[in-house]
Amino acid sequence: MRTEDLLRELAPQVLGALMRRYGDFADAEDAVQEALLAAATSWPAEGQPDNPAGWLIRVASRRLANQYRGDAARRRREELAASWSRTPAEPAPERDDTLILMFMCCHPCLTPGSAIPLALRAVGGLTTREIAAAFLVPEATMAQRISRAKARIKASGQPFRLPPPDQRPERLRSVLHVLYLLFNEGYTTSGGPGLSRTDLSGEAIRLARIIQAAMPDDPEVGGLLALMLLTEARRPARSGPGGELIPLAEQDRTRWDRGLIAEGVALITSALGGGHAGEYQLQAAIAALHDQAASHTATDWPQILALYDLLESMTGNPMVTLNRAVAAAMARGPSAGLALLDGLDERLSGHHRLHSVRAHLLEQAGDAEAATAEFRAAAARTANLRERHYLITRAARLAAAPATAPEEQAGATGHPGTDAGDG
Amino acid sequence: MRFMLLQNYGEVESGCAPMPEWSPREIKAHIEFQQALNAELATRGELVDAQGLAGPEQAKFVVWDGSGAPVVTDGPFPEAKELLAGYRLVDVQTAERAIEIAAQASAAPGPGGVAIRQPIEVRQVLSAPDPEV
Repeated sequence: MRTEDLLRELAPQVLGALMRRYGDFADAEDAVQEALLAAATSWPAEGQPDNPAGWLIRVASRRLANQYRGDAARRRREELAASWSRTPAEPAPERDDTLILMFMCCHPCLTPGSAIPLALRAVGGLTTREIAAAFLVPEATMAQRISRAKARIKASGQPFRLPPPDQRPERLRSVLHVLYLLFNEGYTTSGGPGLSRTDLSGEAIRLARIIQAAMPDDPEVGGLLALMLLTEARRPARSGPGGELIPLAEQDRTRWDRGLIAEGVALITSALGGGHAGEYQLQAAIAALHDQAASHTATDWPQILALYDLLESMTGNPMVTLNRAVAAAMARGPSAGLALLDGLDERLSGHHRLHSVRAHLLEQAGDAEAATAEFRAAAARTANLRERHYLITRAARLAAAPATAPEEQAGATGHPGTDAGDG
Repeated sequence: MRFMLLQNYGEVESGCAPMPEWSPREIKAHIEFQQALNAELATRGELVDAQGLAGPEQAKFVVWDGSGAPVVTDGPFPEAKELLAGYRLVDVQTAERAIEIAAQASAAPGPGGVAIRQPIEVRQVLSAPDPEV
């Protein structure tokens, strides 16, 4: 195993051990980060120690001890540390520590914007530099964001243990939401050419796998992991050689990752067996239908429409209604889809996705002129460079093409929004 | 020396139509030109940053009102053509090199593969005083 991968795997375990010994999250997390950096430079040169986790715990503890010794308030802190070491350590498996850390990092006192980098560092074992590069901000800015997040957690007085059972479902929802946003950040991102970015979607999947291993019976955890795998499976076909966006309808399905699809389908199938289906399970079920279809037109659109109906009544999210309109257009014809969009003008006024879905449906209906105008409106409003290129090109193609009968166009009309990650 | 190369939404010297009215092939060629130019600058170690900005429809003007609540003005703006569309920040040896890069950027292809001759504003970025002086 590469040093880098080993360190990422060990990070939450080491932090958990330090937390049990010293109890101060902010200080322990800093010490672990320093130990990881020390290992990253010394192990490749001097060889991996026999007990890598033990090495990291020893180095991190020494840093923490040095810091406390040099600290003006050392007495108070030493007393605190002493009181912690007197507390009989509850025997806990490592996976519990990772889970506790994940719950801490996704504490509701933090916004997802703070929770994501903190979780990437404390649980994912990434360095501040890597996280900063992934979010295209200077390292000092990211360091500030992480230390503010830790200060908030400290102020919340969160003890190092799993949330009590009555709070757990709500707290788990925050954890899953953070992972979902992290995955989408990686999936829809438009990093410029030549910029090396940490694979955020890959990190989200890795963290989701850790949570799933710790809670194998939770259907929503399984649903979220399945959704990520089923979406990630399409990545190789999702962009062309120049990075240009390729919509679902036009993707080369032979390039989809069959291994990820099989794993995702198995996961969502077993998760759905558990009765009440949550939001992520429904989205994963939709993604599974797309991934198993031989072509865009051969997709089970009536079933997808039924799932979006459920999802819409569950979430009331207008973005879900947009996707539902796409499915309705495919299942029942473009006018059915367009009718669903009419109710959205107020709630999504000026949003580029409303314009782009309307453009696709108008194109399906054979109204090239109105579709071109909507594609241009969408292009002017998106904040994603790749999407802007896609939409401008789409408008240009329509404006240049001679009028075609709607039936002939229907097969070639796709919409990128049916990719779960865009939602 | 650092230079900011700025582009706005104004008229281009070739007088060509705006990009949404080009053919798909012309748009593709233009985008590939921009990507290739950035890649070349990055290889030469001259590219600091290059970004396109979201459209003027989403622009806002913000002025502190003097007491606490900012005054936010939404578009559309009559002077939208003067708004910044994108920029390149380059780190180069000489001012001549910055002008050379700006000339390359201005030659980006448009309809029919003809250079659009977009005016590029070249501005030196002020630096901290030289410690030697």
